[in-house]
Amino acid sequence: MMTLDETDLAIIRATQAGLPLTPEPYQCVAEQLGLTTEVVMTRMTAMQEQGIIRRIGAVPNHYKLGYHFNGMTVWNIPDDVIDKLGEKVGQLEFVSHCYHRPRHLPEWPYNLFAMVHGKTREDVDQQIQQIARVLGDANLGCDVLYSTKILKKTGFRSRS
Amino acid sequence: MDDIDRHIINTLQAGFPVCDAPYQQVAMQLGLTEQALIERLQTLLNNGTLTRFGPLYHAELMGGALTLAAVKTPLDRLAEVTEIINAFPEVAHNYARNHALNMWFVIATETPEEISRTLTAIEQQTGLTVVNMPKINEYFVGLKLEA
Repeated sequence: MMTLDETDLAIIRATQAGLPLTPEPYQCVAEQLGLTTEVVMTRMTAMQEQGIIRRIGAVPNHYKLGYHFNGMTVWNIPDDVIDKLGEKVGQLEFVSHCYHRPRHLPEWPYNLFAMVHGKTREDVDQQIQQIARVLGDANLGCDVLYSTKILKKTGFRSRS
Repeated sequence: MDDIDRHIINTLQAGFPVCDAPYQQVAMQLGLTEQALIERLQTLLNNGTLTRFGPLYHAELMGGALTLAAVKTPLDRLAEVTEIINAFPEVAHNYARNHALNMWFVIATETPEEISRTLTAIEQQTGLTVVNMPKINEYFVGLKLEA
């Protein structure tokens, strides 16, 4: 775990809802916090290098971009090959998240999760077939869970 | 949304610079004025095309914890269970999905201990079994939806 000091935490709290839409956004954050722009930019660059900031960028609403079919594909993969295959599935350009998660037998045999997004059901079907090709004989079973409704969507919030 | 908006969204999903005038820098790449870029971003946020613009933090590296959990909610209790689960500030996302496990939610907390406390509280308040599926390994996380 990285050690974040109070300055880092203050920057995180000030930016977790978003970056100011002003010509000099880092200066704006610095002024709010009583820091110099230099400190804010140095800390944010360091947090990016350490992976604490995954990236600075835009997060689109899938539905607004026309991606109405958001499928959580789940696969039952032998544990000894899951890391190798999970990396390959994660590299497919239409996979947005790919994780190894625990099985819950008997009702939940799936341990590889890959989120896919398509504008039509056919797009997603093709994506699933592509994942199945990558997995080959290691695919011992799969299912696709489509989201039917967003019940809640907020970002991570640091409350400290 | 027009082609310029699409170009902005596709470019800014990849990242945004840390420098004195980052909007100016990106606007030049896009062939826009700084003001036009800022105004369009504001509109895309206001109309919900973008859910966020800014740094995306890695919760676990910050010492926080995340898990994915699911419950099998009887159809006649969907609204009630949704209300109970969504009332937890630790629940960041909640999606209905077409499966016997029909409600899937992400719990984000500042410490790993709070995850199990939250799961237990959800079980107690809903009377449902929560299936906990924490991440064992992460192979890829990134958004790359073409606008």
